[in-house]
Amino acid sequence: MSQKLKLVMVGNGMAGVRTLEELIKLTPDLYDITVFGSEPHPNYNRILLSPVLAGEQTLDEIILNPLEWYSDNHITLYTSCTVTEVDRVKRVVHATNSAGDVKSAPYDRLILATGSNPFMLPVPGLKLEGVLAYRDIADTQAMIDASNTYKNAVVIGGGLLGLEAANGLMKRGMNVTVVHLGEWLMERQLDRVAGGLLQRSLEERGMQFRMQAHTQELLADQHGRVASVLFKDGSHVPAELVIMAVGIRPNTALAEKMHLHCERGIVVSDTLQTVTDPRVYAVGECAAHRGIAYGLVAPLFEQGKVLANHLAEFGIGRYTGSFTSTKLKVTGIDLFSAGDFMGGGDASTEEIVLSDPHEGVYKKLVIRNDQLVGACLYGDTVDGSWYFKLLRDGRNVADIREKLMFGESNIGDVGHEGHSKAASMPDDAEVCGCNGVKKGSICKAIKDKGLFTLDEVRKHTKASASCGSCTGLVEQILMYTAGGDYSATPKKKAICACAEQSHQEVRDAIRDNKLLTNDAVFEFLNWKKPNPSSKATGCATCRPAINYYRMSSWPKEAFDDPQSRLINERSHANIQKDGTYSVIPRMWGGETTADELRRIADVVDKYKIPTVKVTGGQRIDLLGVKKEDLVNVWKDIGMPSGHAYAKALRTVKTCVGSEWCRMGTQDSTQMGKDLERAMWRMYAPHKVKFAVSGCPRNCAEAGIKDVGIIGVESGWEMYIAGNGGIKTEVAQFFVKVKTSEEVMEYTGAFMQLYREEGWYLERTVHYVNRVGMAYVKKKILDDDAGRKALWARLQFTLEGEPDPWFEFDKAKVDTRQFEAISLEGHTP
Amino acid sequence: MNEWKVICKVEDIPVLGARRVQRARGVEVAVFRNAEDKVFALLDQCPHKRGPLSQGLVFGETVVCPLHNWHIGLVDGCAQAPDVGCTIRFAVRVANGDVALDAHELNTLAIDQSVVLS
Repeated sequence: MSQKLKLVMVGNGMAGVRTLEELIKLTPDLYDITVFGSEPHPNYNRILLSPVLAGEQTLDEIILNPLEWYSDNHITLYTSCTVTEVDRVKRVVHATNSAGDVKSAPYDRLILATGSNPFMLPVPGLKLEGVLAYRDIADTQAMIDASNTYKNAVVIGGGLLGLEAANGLMKRGMNVTVVHLGEWLMERQLDRVAGGLLQRSLEERGMQFRMQAHTQELLADQHGRVASVLFKDGSHVPAELVIMAVGIRPNTALAEKMHLHCERGIVVSDTLQTVTDPRVYAVGECAAHRGIAYGLVAPLFEQGKVLANHLAEFGIGRYTGSFTSTKLKVTGIDLFSAGDFMGGGDASTEEIVLSDPHEGVYKKLVIRNDQLVGACLYGDTVDGSWYFKLLRDGRNVADIREKLMFGESNIGDVGHEGHSKAASMPDDAEVCGCNGVKKGSICKAIKDKGLFTLDEVRKHTKASASCGSCTGLVEQILMYTAGGDYSATPKKKAICACAEQSHQEVRDAIRDNKLLTNDAVFEFLNWKKPNPSSKATGCATCRPAINYYRMSSWPKEAFDDPQSRLINERSHANIQKDGTYSVIPRMWGGETTADELRRIADVVDKYKIPTVKVTGGQRIDLLGVKKEDLVNVWKDIGMPSGHAYAKALRTVKTCVGSEWCRMGTQDSTQMGKDLERAMWRMYAPHKVKFAVSGCPRNCAEAGIKDVGIIGVESGWEMYIAGNGGIKTEVAQFFVKVKTSEEVMEYTGAFMQLYREEGWYLERTVHYVNRVGMAYVKKKILDDDAGRKALWARLQFTLEGEPDPWFEFDKAKVDTRQFEAISLEGHTP
Repeated sequence: MNEWKVICKVEDIPVLGARRVQRARGVEVAVFRNAEDKVFALLDQCPHKRGPLSQGLVFGETVVCPLHNWHIGLVDGCAQAPDVGCTIRFAVRVANGDVALDAHELNTLAIDQSVVLS
């Protein structure tokens, strides 16, 4: 007899089986698992029933867990077996299979994953042949069969599900009428205008509509099959197939019989335990969490993850609810909505609307108290994920209000030929310019591998896994391929898979509790261990972040851990594709001398360095240096590290300025050199670049730098949070000051604010967008004492910081890395 | 029978780090040490684009390739799914703080491959 705990699951659908997958990942041996499913199939992807109906996929293709998966994981599966009774006192589940045999299974823990039932309109004729719901494989198969024999179909319900059913039947050659009680289609997801646009577009494809129509009765032919739908106004529409798609209800029949508390679903806590019996959990569409029963897949998967965590007795997971967004799975129609998309209501609610009927584009953004609270997009939905993020984060949008409607335009910039509408992109169009991934291969991976999240798509296809500029587009394709049930749900994003905490929570914990070492952080925040007996070591994502947070929060007290740095910062050079490195010495303000150039030339000859390149940051790059030569190259060049490999101050680009230029108003070169000498060796959440121009002609391109200074006759203008990379971001005007001392103080204060508050790998532009320009101005412009204190803290931090190319001990450079262990005297 | 060739002490390898072992012929071998002082040895070449794994960040029993972030298992030398591919493993023996590799493997495994300097 096995000593394992017994886990029984009622229901064999997506949410439940995902929970088991998560559980097996965490602890494969803790439970003996038994699953009862009333359908004859293993777990399949219910979301993809629409493409199956439309003939775009086959039933085999949508199976998520084949029968072998159950046997490989030692799960006992009873298909076609409906649970009829649960004895909570004796802790036994009783079920009946299709042959009438009774199966019983005892449990220590029980999961109810009974899903939901379609709601059927109580009209006469409901029981006629040819009247179906649209819920499972059997329904879908019956619809496909009917489409082969009959001509006219009526779909009752113009919501998400109804329209997908109608679209599928139309593709199967049927003459389809959608009957809808509401004034416009999908009124729970769309406003009137967008609903109207959708209707027009579907009408162009041949779909017919009866709006605001009350169904009175379903009439039969002489064989007892449905023949037509009769309306209250006396009119009727012929129909040999009627699909009821007016909504779903959580399936709580069994739970009610078990005397579990139900209220619009089985009521569960944040650990997905039923409030009545802590041994019994509910997950998925049948569960009501804080009054909401979710019907979309992403929140249900989040629930599954938390539930698995609890079953594995890790006890750290909490489900705190999800925001949801909607996308319609009808080929060629781009549509997105989230939050309070209707707007209206009270006086504090405002709407920004863009409508271009000719192009079929409509966008509405709903704003309340300077926050985006809802969005409804039709035609061009590429910014949906950005709006969704703003909505979820509750960010103050006052400062970006005028640009809000035009979107983040974070895609369509580079690498994907300006595409911005996922649905209309051809399959062979390139989506990810970094990794050469085409739309077709992303769609295929999503369908074949059953992917649901951006992370999964990144892992499998590499799309959006490098520079990330196509993320919006990939999310669009995911929404459009995986369908209406995709949503980017987590309210907060965990720093990595090792922990539940977000970047902000980790930062706060390190500062508030003075966590000085990585181990202290891992222990305090309960970091995930590779296995229970070993020590947490973080991963390649969180360890560099934690290392930076410690050092930036506790200068001179918390110390660098070189093994928490990725290769470039560990070897103080940039690794290249062949394993060699590049060396960029510092040239203050982009100025050099004959002596420096001679030394560089000698080094190039001596170490046979293959390529010498002038960089965009007014420096010289030596490419192809062997790792074992690095130390000597640095020594022979005799110039300071340019930190071109680090999340640190890189270059300060300058123009020649008033010293030479006949247009120059200020000595920009000197200003640049002073800034660089004051702030080099400054580690930051991400790389930082400055530029100083001596007049408004701005030859140093200060408009696309983290800090750009432009000299004018009466002083200096300061611009911040620009970026010339993946997406060009023009720096925003910050302040005008009179003296170079002020330039120094304001620049240093802004840098220190960013260093103390930025999330690891967040550039200044993203930091400022997150906290808002108004906040940065308040901290630096309005608060003289605060500004001076920030600048003082930065100076304190940088005081005595070593040059890693020369002071190896102080900079904690492990020189063992530069030499290989040799097997001297060892001959083959 | 294995003929063990002592290459260094365990302390010669940084914790959560690696050293490279140069052979008479062939690609170098990377020896790794994790937080529990377990030592692993792999050919210093990622199955993806030949990145030097010795330069990667080590955590648990995994090293992350410095070039494109592939996660390679230190025990089996194989890429974590969905990536596919394995690099060559070398047997390791640790005795009295000495790290030893198998001389036969050092002499025979992947000796005809050379580092590509493209």
